[in-house]
Amino acid sequence: MSTVFIPSVLRANVGGAKALEVDGSTVRGIVDGLVLQHPALRGQLLTDDGELNRFVNVYVNGQDVRYLAGLETPVATTDEVRLLPAMAGG
Amino acid sequence: MPKSFADLLREARTQIREVTPLEVSALPKGTAVIVDVREEYEWEQGYIPGAEHVSKGYLEQAIEEVAPDRDQPVVLYCAGGIRSLFAAQTMQEMGYTDVASMSAGFQGWKSAGLPFDKPITLSQDQKQRYSRHLLIPEVGSAGQARLLASRALIIGAGGLGSPAALYLAAAGVGTIGLVDFDIVDVSNLQRQIVHTTARVGERKVESASVAIKALNPEIEVVAHEEMLGAANVERIIAGYDVILDGTDTFETRYILNDAAVAAGIPVIHASVFRFEGQLTTFVPYEGPCYRCLYPTPPPPELAPGCSVAGVLGVVPGILGLLQTNEALKVLLGIGNTLAGRLMLFDALETEFTELQLRRDPRCPVCSDEAVAARAAGRPLATTAMGADAPFLLTTTGLAGTISPEARA
Repeated sequence: MSTVFIPSVLRANVGGAKALEVDGSTVRGIVDGLVLQHPALRGQLLTDDGELNRFVNVYVNGQDVRYLAGLETPVATTDEVRLLPAMAGG
Repeated sequence: MPKSFADLLREARTQIREVTPLEVSALPKGTAVIVDVREEYEWEQGYIPGAEHVSKGYLEQAIEEVAPDRDQPVVLYCAGGIRSLFAAQTMQEMGYTDVASMSAGFQGWKSAGLPFDKPITLSQDQKQRYSRHLLIPEVGSAGQARLLASRALIIGAGGLGSPAALYLAAAGVGTIGLVDFDIVDVSNLQRQIVHTTARVGERKVESASVAIKALNPEIEVVAHEEMLGAANVERIIAGYDVILDGTDTFETRYILNDAAVAAGIPVIHASVFRFEGQLTTFVPYEGPCYRCLYPTPPPPELAPGCSVAGVLGVVPGILGLLQTNEALKVLLGIGNTLAGRLMLFDALETEFTELQLRRDPRCPVCSDEAVAARAAGRPLATTAMGADAPFLLTTTGLAGTISPEARA
C-alpha cells in the first residue's frame, strides 16, 4: 500500500480523508485504485480518455511524474504520492 | 613596567608584517580579506573596493563574521597605518595566523592613486530606522541602500498582499506598487491587516497606501487602481524589480506570468485555500514558470477563491510573509530562493512539504522555442493554450463567473 495525499479541494470526494492507502505498482494503478474506491474522483483526475487531467499534478516522493514516466511511473509501497491541483485564493 | 605609545608601536612593528598599498592592490581578487578598521565616519569618506568594514572598537566582536577562517590571509588598514597594526596584534592573539597591516593606510592608498569606492550613505534617520538591518553583514548599508532603491509590485492588496505591503514598507523597499481595483469590505478584515475598520468602503489601494505611509513615510506608493489584464499588464509591471502575486484568479495569474517572463521579472507566487497554501518563486529562465507548474488551470469548481471556500486568516498572513522573505532575498541577491521548489503549507498539521519543480522544455512561455518565437514577434502563448484552457479563452473568463468580491 502506498500513501496518497489528497488535497483539500478533493477531500469531499473521498469522505474527508487527508491521506489514503492505495494499492498499485504504477501511478496509473494508484489512480485506478483511487477511482475504484471513490468513483467521484474520476472526473476530477482523469480525462474521458483515461489520461491524467492536465490541471492535476501528481508527485511521487516530491517529483512531478510528468518528468518521470507519467502514469507509468513506478510506485513502491513506501512511496508518497501527492495529488496537487492549482489553488486560486489570495 | 609602564610602556609608552612609542614602545607599544615598536613592539607591534616587530610582531606584525606590513604591506604597502601597491602590494595590496596587486593581490589577486579573493586571496585576502581586506578589513577597514577605521571609524564609520571615515569609512563613509571612501574605502578600498571589496573591503569589509569592522571598526577597531568592534574588532574582537565582529571580525569572526568577516574572517571566519583563522588561517586565511587578512590585510587590515586604517587611515595612516597605526591603528591597523594594533588591530592586527589583537587578531594574532585571537589565533589568526596570517594578518598583515597596510602601511600608510587609506591615505597612502589614495596618494598612490589607487581607486576607491564611496559607500552609499544613509541619513541619520535611516540609520536608526534600519539599524537592525545594518547590523546584519548580509544586508548592511549597501544592502539597505539597495532596498531603498528597489521597486516591488504587489498584485492584490488582500490577504497575501497585506503582510507583504507592511513588511516591504517596514524593510525600506523604496517603491511599492499596488494593483487592486476593489473596495475594503468588512469581511476582508479577518485577514487583510493592511486595512482597518475605519477604512471600510475606501479603495483598497488608498487604504493600503495610508497604512504603508503611517509605517514608513519615505516609501513611495504607486497605486494602480485597475484590474490586471492582458491589455495593461506590460505597462503596469514595467520597471519593477520583483512582483508578488497575491491575486485570487487564474486568469490574472497566467496573464501576469506570461508578461513577467517576457519582461524577465521574478514573480513570487503564493495561493491559499482554507488551511493550506502553496508558495514558489518564479525566476524567468532560471527556474520554471507558472505555466511549467500548471500548464492549464483547473475548472472553477476545483479551485474556488477565499470568498467561496473560506480561509483561516493567518494562512495568507504566513504565506504573504514567506513571499516577502523571497522578495527581499531577490532584491538583496542573498540566500537561495524557492526557484524550482514548491512549498506546501498545512496549517492544521503545521507542516511544510517541498516538491521539486522543473522547467517544461515545451513551455509555451519560457522554453527556448517560446523565447525565439517572441523575439520573432510571434509569441506562442495564446495558441499553445488551445482548448486545454477553455475558460481562459471564453469572453467572460473568471471575471464573469466570480463576483468582484471573490477576488479580494
